[in-house]
Amino acid sequence: MTVITAEHLLTRVRDLLAAHPPADTGRADFLRARFDAGLAWVHYPEGLGGLAAPRTLQAVVDAELEAAGAPDNDPRRIGIGLGMAAPTILAYGTDEQKRRFLRPLWVGEEVWCQLFSEPGAGSDLAALGTRALRDAATGDWIVDGQKVWTSSAHTARWAILIARTDPALPKHQGITYFLCDMHAPGVEVRPLRQITGEAEFNEVFLTGVRIPDSHRLGAVGQGWEVARTTLMNERVSIGGMRIPREGGMIAPVAAAWRERPGLRTHALHQRLLELWVEAEVARLTGERLRQQLAAGQPGPEGSGMKLTFARLNQEISGLEVELLGEEGLLYEDWTMRRPELVDFTGRDAGYRYLRAKGNSIEGGTSEILLNIVAERVLGLPAEPRDDKDLAWKDLAR
Amino acid sequence: MSTAFDLLYSETEEELRSAVRALLADRCAPADVLARAETGRPHDPALWHTLAAEIGTAGLLVPEKLGGQGAGHREAAVVLEELGRAVAPVPYLTSAVLATEILLGCDTPDVAGPLRELAAGRQVCVPALPLTQAPGAPLPAAVRDTGGGILTGTVTSVADAVAADVLLVLADTGLYAVPTAEVSLTERVPLDLTRPLATVTLDGAAGTRLADPATARAAVAGALLSGAGLLASEQLGLAQWCLAETVRHVRGRHQFNRPVGSFQALKHRLARLWLDVASARAAARAAADALATGAPDAPLTVAVAQAYCSGVAVRAAEECVQLHGGIGMTWEHPAHLYLKRAKSAALALGTPGHHHTLVADFAELPAP
Repeated sequence: MTVITAEHLLTRVRDLLAAHPPADTGRADFLRARFDAGLAWVHYPEGLGGLAAPRTLQAVVDAELEAAGAPDNDPRRIGIGLGMAAPTILAYGTDEQKRRFLRPLWVGEEVWCQLFSEPGAGSDLAALGTRALRDAATGDWIVDGQKVWTSSAHTARWAILIARTDPALPKHQGITYFLCDMHAPGVEVRPLRQITGEAEFNEVFLTGVRIPDSHRLGAVGQGWEVARTTLMNERVSIGGMRIPREGGMIAPVAAAWRERPGLRTHALHQRLLELWVEAEVARLTGERLRQQLAAGQPGPEGSGMKLTFARLNQEISGLEVELLGEEGLLYEDWTMRRPELVDFTGRDAGYRYLRAKGNSIEGGTSEILLNIVAERVLGLPAEPRDDKDLAWKDLAR
Repeated sequence: MSTAFDLLYSETEEELRSAVRALLADRCAPADVLARAETGRPHDPALWHTLAAEIGTAGLLVPEKLGGQGAGHREAAVVLEELGRAVAPVPYLTSAVLATEILLGCDTPDVAGPLRELAAGRQVCVPALPLTQAPGAPLPAAVRDTGGGILTGTVTSVADAVAADVLLVLADTGLYAVPTAEVSLTERVPLDLTRPLATVTLDGAAGTRLADPATARAAVAGALLSGAGLLASEQLGLAQWCLAETVRHVRGRHQFNRPVGSFQALKHRLARLWLDVASARAAARAAADALATGAPDAPLTVAVAQAYCSGVAVRAAEECVQLHGGIGMTWEHPAHLYLKRAKSAALALGTPGHHHTLVADFAELPAP
């Protein structure tokens, strides 16, 4: 087996650029050609956008293509597809599913969303109640239920969906994983307005939605195991990026402090300095994690970064509202908007304060993440539970 | 942004850690430390000899041409992590870091001799400064030269003076090496049983002049910065022990027919503490690395590390006492040694409040 080197990849990049000069090639055509050249995600298998190369070499390809002015696939817009759907399809999909879905996903022609959380299943996701019943005549699945906090649902063409296929089994065992067509009859997307006034997310109502069995991912009843792959990949994507000193939420507060001496008080000064130090230490902790990953020695620190950032974002934005005095009484605009991208630090201090409240809820509440750290990192015993072996239909709700 | 910085541990550093940890496991168990502290003579000269001379940790900061190991702050930081983890009663911070850095900072022919003795572990030398003396704070002018290097004055709260052969004394006419025999030491009762304190009184003490006043003051200022930065690693090691010991305890301790560590109230506290310790590691490593490379932002990185790690060490020791329940309150259990070290270390080389003030200067966030 040949080991793929950076030189090898750079040669392929040059070949790609020669055959499809970015200046004379349409964006989608270039991205398709890049996928077919195995330069989309180099650690994926050949024929599926990759070359089975070490994942760390992706940066070499990205830098070379960026330098050549090649278009990218706008990863922020298709984050759920790239970060969650793709690795799960790669791990559990049939050959046909991988061939059908991965290319348009990576190119960005088909946006993906995630239909996991429900009004009655948040932290206890495995208790979900959306039902999928097999139609004996056609073999299709008929899905009924409600999903919530779905970003990109209004732009998505496909969804990863988990639903209950056997209520008589304990909750983790009766779940099956599907790929759901968001344009299918019975899929209704409604904006979910949040405390900031805008609607980044959606509620998705599923009424008699028909999913062919060929769009089932993994075996019937294997859905929880498949979903864990999705959720683990969600956390891998956190902590990979480098932020400068005084970047992120502390930046606007520090700027306001410097530019507006009239706002300064001794009490606020103490809090500002404490939070500035904590933000700097969090930056260093993220940097250390990045260095560990680069050195091939991933540490457990990753599970903690989200906890730290959630708390700091909340405390810092809270301080900012107070620092601004009378201006802190105001809010830019309560009009309901539908932002394309999530922005924690955009808009004004009031927005930052309100949006940061979600940081300790979305993607795993801080309380659940503390349990995970306690059990998986520190090895502390789990609390006694009586729900694991009960049939789902007999659970309290 | 600073240049390339390295927050990990190298293989060499891990080997050094293993050697120091093995020595301390063998010769410096918590019960040994407590027994020794009860005698009023916490220092263990035999342990110091092995650590300083045989393993060679006393000379880590000293270049090879001056008889040292030619290593640096990153390695010394790893030693301090292990010493903190064991609350080891050895004069490493005072002799192998502070006094050594003062001598290195003087860079005069006169310091070569004393440095060689220090680096080889043959002598213990500590600065005659209060342990609370902080980088960035005015230096004391407590000692006067009454003529011809005959020194008079009093310095309080000098750490490890009772273990020292030589004191480095900052006087109005420069820096002096004064044999401990020339001064009178009044031992104080320290909160931290493992780091003895004394009042040093010089009454016509004869010293050897090592540097002029300007050189001396710059060297002391540099040493205080280095000491504060490396103290963060000692605090990290201390916090690490407290966390590990507490986790071990709550996994084994049963109440209500369950390990108490299965209660969410305790799990969340310990998970938060783990986060704090992981963050302290990044802060302490950054400080050690910035000192090692002479990074231009080293003073800020050190202030950040001290402002942060002091609190983490105290919190870890306090959680250790609390989550051990009644056991944590006993004299027999070593948790109190760590609590006392942690609280004293928060005052040493500048309080968190002082370091926050320094951050305000470096980061240009002025007070009202």
